[in-house]
Amino acid sequence: MLTLHCPCCGIQADETELAPGGQAHLTRHGPGSSDEDFHDYLFTRANPRGVHFERWRHAAGCGKWFHAARDTQTLEVFGTYAAQTLAPPQHIRDAITERRPDWTWHASGRATE
Amino acid sequence: MSEGLAHVVSPLNGARFDGLISVREMAPQGMITLRGDLAAPAIKNAATGVGGHDMPGQRQASGDADRAILWMSPDELLLLLPYAEVPGAVASIGKLLEGSHALVADVSDARTGFELRGEGLREVLAKLAPADLSPGALPVGEVRRTRLGQVPAAFWLKSEASAQVICFRSVARYVFDQFRRAAQPGSTVGFF
Repeated sequence: MLTLHCPCCGIQADETELAPGGQAHLTRHGPGSSDEDFHDYLFTRANPRGVHFERWRHAAGCGKWFHAARDTQTLEVFGTYAAQTLAPPQHIRDAITERRPDWTWHASGRATE
Repeated sequence: MSEGLAHVVSPLNGARFDGLISVREMAPQGMITLRGDLAAPAIKNAATGVGGHDMPGQRQASGDADRAILWMSPDELLLLLPYAEVPGAVASIGKLLEGSHALVADVSDARTGFELRGEGLREVLAKLAPADLSPGALPVGEVRRTRLGQVPAAFWLKSEASAQVICFRSVARYVFDQFRRAAQPGSTVGFF
């Protein structure tokens, strides 16, 4: 069971109180983009075993969106942060690096180990 | 107007159950949703003017039996007031907030309230909600928005033996039946 700290209302929210929003930090490719970019934006998602960034909504609580960084394999949560960011903030990256020294951030949103 | 008010009934007509705790459906209660920048003086003045109490802090409820202001999210307050005063209050808030970016909505008829009384109410709520109901995590006077079974709800403790629950009117029967089951005599867990 996943428990995430909602940065908007400060509640330790149980997974069943949240609505998942899929992979975080996607770059939107809209009108005018190439077919390939648009296809990838719509359909291609990272599915890592390890560090992953996700969007969540505190649906049964304050109703706000936020971001979470966690490990899909161990369910370890590295931290949650505001939805209004284009990339994970430094303190989140530091927290991940501390636990997963080989980890690097890729702008596409794919985290590798 | 007074003719219309005579027909206002709560969905379960004041249903009541006595078990581990007593559960009572409350009489229709005036509720106004106020959304906007909670730090803006205009919003604060409108909320405290109608709510009759101080601005609540994060997740707090400030008020008494008649009037209260509940912090619902970083940009949302719920004002509780007597049912009959709602139309006037909505109008006066609208006037106060003219020109500011805000939302004021009368949600009295969209919701219903339950009153829980008894020492075991933390335990009964904990059976239904995925929330930490321990006194340390949910002190008296703090609003917790979560789910009860499968529906969203909000509740706060007025004291260790008295709590108020708000849920959507359309699920009043479901919520009441859940309380009836969770508060069945002989089903004490004794966790808290």
